Amino acid sequence: MHRMLACAMALTMAAAAQAQDAKSEIEELKRRVEDLEARSAAKPATNAFNPDISLILQGTAARSSQNPNDYQITGFAPSGGDVAPPRRGFSLGESELVISSNIDPYFRGQLAASLTPENELEVEEAFFQTLALGKGFTIKGGRFLSGIGYQNPIHQHAWDFQDAPLPYKAFLGGRLNDDGVQAKWIAPTDLLLELGAEAGRGRQFPGSDPNKNSAGMWSLFGHVGGDAGSGGAWRAGLSYLKTSPEDRAFTDAGVLQSFTGASKLWIADAVFKWNADLKLQGEYFRRTEDGSLAYAATPGAYSSRQSGWYAQAVYQFMPRWRAGYRYDRLDHGTVSSDLTQTQAPLLLTDYNPTRNTVMVDWSPTEFSRIRLQLAQDKSRIGVTDNQALLQYIFSLGAHGAHTF
Amino acid sequence: MKTLLLLLLAPLQAYAALNILACEPEWGSLAKELGGDKVNVYTAITAMQDPHRVEARPSLMARARNADLLICTGAQLEIGWVPLLQTQSGNAKIQNGQPGYFEAASAVSLIERPSSVDRSQGDVHPAGNPHLHLDPRNIARVASALAQRLAAIDGAQAPYYQAREKEFGQRWSKASATWMQQAASLKGMPIVVYHKDLSYLVNWLAMREAGTLEPKPGLPPSTAHLAELLERLKGSPAKAVVRSAYNDPRPAEWLAERAKIPTVVLPYTVGGTERATDLFGLYDDTIARLLAVKQ
Repeated sequence: MHRMLACAMALTMAAAAQAQDAKSEIEELKRRVEDLEARSAAKPATNAFNPDISLILQGTAARSSQNPNDYQITGFAPSGGDVAPPRRGFSLGESELVISSNIDPYFRGQLAASLTPENELEVEEAFFQTLALGKGFTIKGGRFLSGIGYQNPIHQHAWDFQDAPLPYKAFLGGRLNDDGVQAKWIAPTDLLLELGAEAGRGRQFPGSDPNKNSAGMWSLFGHVGGDAGSGGAWRAGLSYLKTSPEDRAFTDAGVLQSFTGASKLWIADAVFKWNADLKLQGEYFRRTEDGSLAYAATPGAYSSRQSGWYAQAVYQFMPRWRAGYRYDRLDHGTVSSDLTQTQAPLLLTDYNPTRNTVMVDWSPTEFSRIRLQLAQDKSRIGVTDNQALLQYIFSLGAHGAHTF
Repeated sequence: MKTLLLLLLAPLQAYAALNILACEPEWGSLAKELGGDKVNVYTAITAMQDPHRVEARPSLMARARNADLLICTGAQLEIGWVPLLQTQSGNAKIQNGQPGYFEAASAVSLIERPSSVDRSQGDVHPAGNPHLHLDPRNIARVASALAQRLAAIDGAQAPYYQAREKEFGQRWSKASATWMQQAASLKGMPIVVYHKDLSYLVNWLAMREAGTLEPKPGLPPSTAHLAELLERLKGSPAKAVVRSAYNDPRPAEWLAERAKIPTVVLPYTVGGTERATDLFGLYDDTIARLLAVKQ
C-alpha cells in the first residue's frame, strides 16, 4: 500500500518536473523565436537603398463637339502650354514616373518624368531639397512645380478634374514648373504661416526663356492655415509672380505678334476640407502686362489688365465615390494697344470665357481611379464645346504622399 | 517675492518643455504618462479618424515645424502623411534616423508579417501589422524605449523620465495582470472583426478571429463578401461582430442583425469611448465591453 503511494508520488513528481522542463523549454524556444524575428526584421535587404519608385498610368476616351486641335481662349494670348482638351477618341495620357529618396542626412531628391503619348520624355520635376537646415527653412533647387497658388504644386494625376481650370490654362499654360531655386520658411506658430520665394529662368509662359544671366522669373507666396472644428481644415494664400518676357511670340490671323515687357500675376487661393468627405477650393488670378507688342515686326505700345477665377466642390457621397462641380471664368478686362480688333482678333476681342464642369469618380482603392467628366466649355467666342470624357488613373509601386 | 519669482520662471519652464507631436492618440497618451509636465503633447488625429487616411493638413505642418519629438507607429501606417511632414516642415530634428523621430514599431516584434507583398492582397504592410498598441506587453516595451528616447533628447530631465517610466511600468504590469485575469473567460471566443486592427488584442487574449468585414485589408466591406461571411458563420458561429470606434457602423450592423449576434464597438484607442480617457481606461473599457457580450 505504502509502496504504491510512494510510487504514485514519485510518478507525480517526475511528471511535474517534466512539465516544468517542458515549460522552460517552451520559454526558451519562445525567446529564440523572438530573437530570430528581431534579427530577421533588422537584416537589411540588398535593395534597401533603392529609392521609392512609383508609376502613374493614365488614359482617356473623349468626345467633344468642337475640334480640340483649334482650341484657343478668346481674348487671351496663347500660353503655349498643353491646355487643349484631350484628343477625340481613345488616347493615352501622360505616364508619370516618380523616383524619390533621401540622398543623405542633409538632402533629398526627386525626379518626376512624364512619358507623353507622343513618345517623348519630359522632365516635369527634378530637384533636390534640404532636410537639415532647421528653424523652419527648406531650400529646393532644380526644376520643380512652383509653390504659387493652390493647385500649381499638385501633380496632374492628383487633381480633382482631368484638366486645369481656365485661369491656369490662360495665365500659366496649365502649371508653372521653372528651373530655379525656392526658399521656404514656416513660422514657429501653431497656426501655419508659410512664406516662400522663388527665382527662376522664366523658361516657360508667362516667361519666354530669355537668354540672359539674371533671373527671368521671380515669385513670392505666403500661406496661412489651420483647423476648423474637429473635422475641418483650411488654408488660404496669396502669391505673386513676375516675369520679363522677351519676344514672346504667337501667330494670330496669320500674323506673327510678340510681346516684350513685364508680366505680373497675383493669385489669391483658398481651400477648405471637411474630413475626407468635402473639399472646397477656389482661386482668383489677376494679371497685368505692360510693354510693347510687335505686330509683323513693327513695335507698338501694349498693356493689359486681365483676371480670372474658378471655384469647385468635390463631395464623397459614399465610400469610393466622389462627385464634383467646377465653374471657371476669365475676364477680358482692359487691353490697350495701337492695333485694331481686325488686326489682332485673339487679343482684342472683348469676351469673357466660361466653363461648367461636372465629374463623378470611383476609386476602388487609393491606387486606382476611374472618372467620368462632362464639360460645357465656352472658351471660344460664339461656340459651345460640349465635352465628355472617361479617364483612368492607376498608381503602381511606392505609396505616394499627397499634399493637403 | 517667491511667488513673483515663480511667476517669472513659469513662462521659461513652459518654454523649456519638450514639444511632442504624436501621430496617434495612444502615443500621445503614453507621452503624457512618461513626460508629465515636462512635455507639451499634441496629437495629430482623434480616435474617430482612421489612422490609414490622414492628410498632412496645415495645422500638422505647423506642429511638425515646432516638434522636438515626433512619435509615430511606423511600419508604414503613416506612409501617406508623415513623410510630407518630415520633408516639408523644415525641421531637421524629426527626420528619419534622428533622435527626434520615434517609431513604436521599432520596439516590438510585429505579427502577421507577410512573406511576400503584392497590392492584390489589399493594403498590406510589408513590415507586419502596425496596430500594435492593443497588446499591453507592447505598450510596456514601447514605454521603456520611449523613456530612453526622452532621456536622450532632454538629458537634463533624464532621471525624471526614468522615474516616471518605472512608476508607469509598475502600475501597467499590475493592471495587465488584472486584465488577464478578468479576460480569462474570453479565451477561445470567436469574433468577427472589421479590419485587422484588433489582431494584437485577439492574439493577446487568445480569442479567435472568425472573419473580417473587409474582404481584403483596406478595402471597404462589400455586400458579396458580407453575404459569404454570413454563410460561413452559419457553420461556425461567432459571438459578436467587433468594430473600432472609427469604423463605419453599417456593415457591422448589417451582419450582426442577420447573424443574430450583438455588435461591440471598441474604443480602439484613447478617446474612442467615454471611459477610454487614457491607456488604462482604454484597456478597462475594451475588456468590459467584450465581457459584456460574453455573458
